[in-house]
Amino acid sequence: MCLAIPGKLLELTIENGLKMGTIDVNGSKTRACLEYVPDIKVGQYTIVHAGFALKIIDEEEAAESLKLWQELIESGAFQPDEELPSAESL
Amino acid sequence: MTIVQTCPAPIMQHETVQMAHGAGGRLSQALMQRVFMPHLHNSFLDLLDDQAKLDLPSGRIAFTTDTYVVSPIFFPGGNIGELAVNGTVNDLAVGGAKPLYLSAGFVLEEGFSLAELEVIVKSMAEAAHRAGVMMVTGDTKVVGKGQCDRIFINTSGIGVIREGVNLSCRNLKAGDSIILSGTVGDHGMAIMTSRTGLSFQSRITSDCGALNGMISAMLDAVPFTIHAMRDPTRGGVAATLNELAQSSSVGIEIHETTIPVKPDVRGACELLGIDPLHVANEGKLVVAVAAGDAGKVLEVMRNFDHGRDAVIIGSVVDDHPGMVVMRTVYGSRRIIDLPLGEQLPRIC
Amino acid sequence: MKYIDEYRDPQLALKLLEEIRRKTARHWSIMEICGGQTHSIIRNGIDQLLPDTIELVHGPGCPVCVTPLESIERALAIAAREEVIFTSFGDMLRVPGNARDLFMVRSAGGDVRIVFSPLDALQIARDNPSKEVVFFAVGFETTAPANAMVVWQAAREGIENFSVLVSQVMVPPAMRAILSSPENRVQGFLAAGHVCAVMGYEEYEPIAREFQVPIVPTGFEPVDLLAGILKTIELLEEGKSGVVNRYGRVVSREGNPLAREIIMKVFEVTDRQWRGLGPIPGSGLGLRREFASFDAEKRFQVTNICAQESPLCMSGRVLQGMLKPDGCPAFAKECTPEHPLGATMVSSEGACAAYYNYHLTP
Ligand code: SF4
Repeated sequence: MCLAIPGKLLELTIENGLKMGTIDVNGSKTRACLEYVPDIKVGQYTIVHAGFALKIIDEEEAAESLKLWQELIESGAFQPDEELPSAESL
Repeated sequence: MTIVQTCPAPIMQHETVQMAHGAGGRLSQALMQRVFMPHLHNSFLDLLDDQAKLDLPSGRIAFTTDTYVVSPIFFPGGNIGELAVNGTVNDLAVGGAKPLYLSAGFVLEEGFSLAELEVIVKSMAEAAHRAGVMMVTGDTKVVGKGQCDRIFINTSGIGVIREGVNLSCRNLKAGDSIILSGTVGDHGMAIMTSRTGLSFQSRITSDCGALNGMISAMLDAVPFTIHAMRDPTRGGVAATLNELAQSSSVGIEIHETTIPVKPDVRGACELLGIDPLHVANEGKLVVAVAAGDAGKVLEVMRNFDHGRDAVIIGSVVDDHPGMVVMRTVYGSRRIIDLPLGEQLPRIC
Repeated sequence: MKYIDEYRDPQLALKLLEEIRRKTARHWSIMEICGGQTHSIIRNGIDQLLPDTIELVHGPGCPVCVTPLESIERALAIAAREEVIFTSFGDMLRVPGNARDLFMVRSAGGDVRIVFSPLDALQIARDNPSKEVVFFAVGFETTAPANAMVVWQAAREGIENFSVLVSQVMVPPAMRAILSSPENRVQGFLAAGHVCAVMGYEEYEPIAREFQVPIVPTGFEPVDLLAGILKTIELLEEGKSGVVNRYGRVVSREGNPLAREIIMKVFEVTDRQWRGLGPIPGSGLGLRREFASFDAEKRFQVTNICAQESPLCMSGRVLQGMLKPDGCPAFAKECTPEHPLGATMVSSEGACAAYYNYHLTP
């Protein structure tokens, strides 16, 4: 369900009292409602679905997990990450 | 003292299309003189006969027709008139014909701006000039407001097929290389993103253009082993490849990594959930050529603006006749099916 | 494209595949809930690359597929009215009711328009004060914030010629329904990343506990999907259950609290009919009483319209992973994307259509 595409916020506007923004996706631009991501700053990436920004992309998280995967490629061995607290044993 | 009483003279200078412009009377003539002839006039049209009398060189004749109803009529990279000329020129050229003469039939909506009509006619004249064809006969009808969307154009064209050239979508042979002349989806996404209502802005421009110059050079270089050419318009490259595979009862295998897509077209396609392979093009070419000559054809194509990004995207295979299969970057395979009707932006 | 291309990196994908192969000892059935994930899996041929012992079951997470026939028929009836401009996401236009779809209503003179954002529909209402503008508010939790906001905003601006036809569904009750079925074969879930972007994954924790299954919120690109599958397999092989997030750049445990708040201000939980699956208690969202004046079903009095699904169609079993699409006798015979019998054949991400379009039968 739910095609949602990451894009970069270019500018902020107010339309009909709603926080709106122009989002760049690889050179094409779309308008999105920013009411659900009020803290977003120009230059940040967000996920856009049906004309609404749903979440600011967590850049640190993304960089970290990519780094982890890159290590996996380089080392040739997978490094099992620590279990998250919500995963419980049978 | 005499008083000359006259009825008020009818207004001859209109800003918009009137029903009377299509009625064959004085206004029709005025439209001809004011809008069409200044741009299109040539030795055939100047005669104002009901038909063009043509001398054709010997050889087989190619004849084609197409009707253009694109909306919006002006889009980034072109307009409906340019499209109507280039589209018909391309339909002739991909059959191995040298396009010579075109006809144009206009259906105008009452109230359509004459200034816009003139822009369209002018760009038709320019497109015809660029493609080296002559507009030799035409017709204009006006319909009441709401009975058509501003302007529809039909163009038909005649060309002469080169001696010895036999291009047909039935001619593909296993081992042929499939060449694509450039990036996919430009026209369709230019249209889609310029339609009002969709909250989009992009600088995507249509690839609308005439291919006959390039095709002619390709056939000069490789006259006999180019087996088929098609311009992948509606339904995009996916539809064209499927038609070729089905008509020739062969399989086609293409490689995902080779398909060129412009960055902003890709962005718009991702946003709207549309496969660029399904999107229309108006100045692109798909070629099936014997593998040994593919390099030569590529070289020729890359000398032309319309072929600068030409690449081999795959080949004709014995397997899966009638089917087009794409090898993904991951080494898996998927069927490239015919798109189903109009491409709709989706949210899911 | 940043945040897309990195996650399509073939080298990384192949490495993850290798890990999956290394870790998989037994046979496992994993369901990707979300139709968008199904689409991506099949489009990229990920199912072909996985070891034979991993079976991906395509779940019911496609709003186009599960929107009940009843809602479709009501949409068609409203769209056909002269005073109405009917607006919808492009996805819904080809979904067949019993005899026709929205395209056919449009060609019969109905004013049916495609919008990209629900706010576009509201703009159409502002621009056409003499018309009734109706928006077909379908979707899962991902789309709920957009659908809720448009109602909220219409109320705030007092736009009276605007209403919504709501067919809003939620994932967790459907997961419970699948897991509770005596025929259930699903052992682990890839939870829908964009649903979780809004809702977080708190609400999956009790499900994981109760049914002892691993649930892994997962993204949509091949690398995301493979990372999600890998995590699910690891948990399964280790005999563990629980929720482990594999879409950290977009999903947090609490999701988007602001969005959740507006959703619950505008909507309330209702029972809902799912096309193919039947009624699932507490699986839908309906307008709260305060917003009842924006309810198109009431405004146009279409609540009496009911509909029957094709008896040939087995999409209910397909949606629950009990049947692969090509196991349906009507598949590619009576039922094709041109003549869909069930909604899973209509949406390009419906399991049947995705199978039809992309699957290579060797
Ligand atoms: S193939 Fe068609 S009839 Fe069979 S389950 Fe899928 S949608 Fe229903």
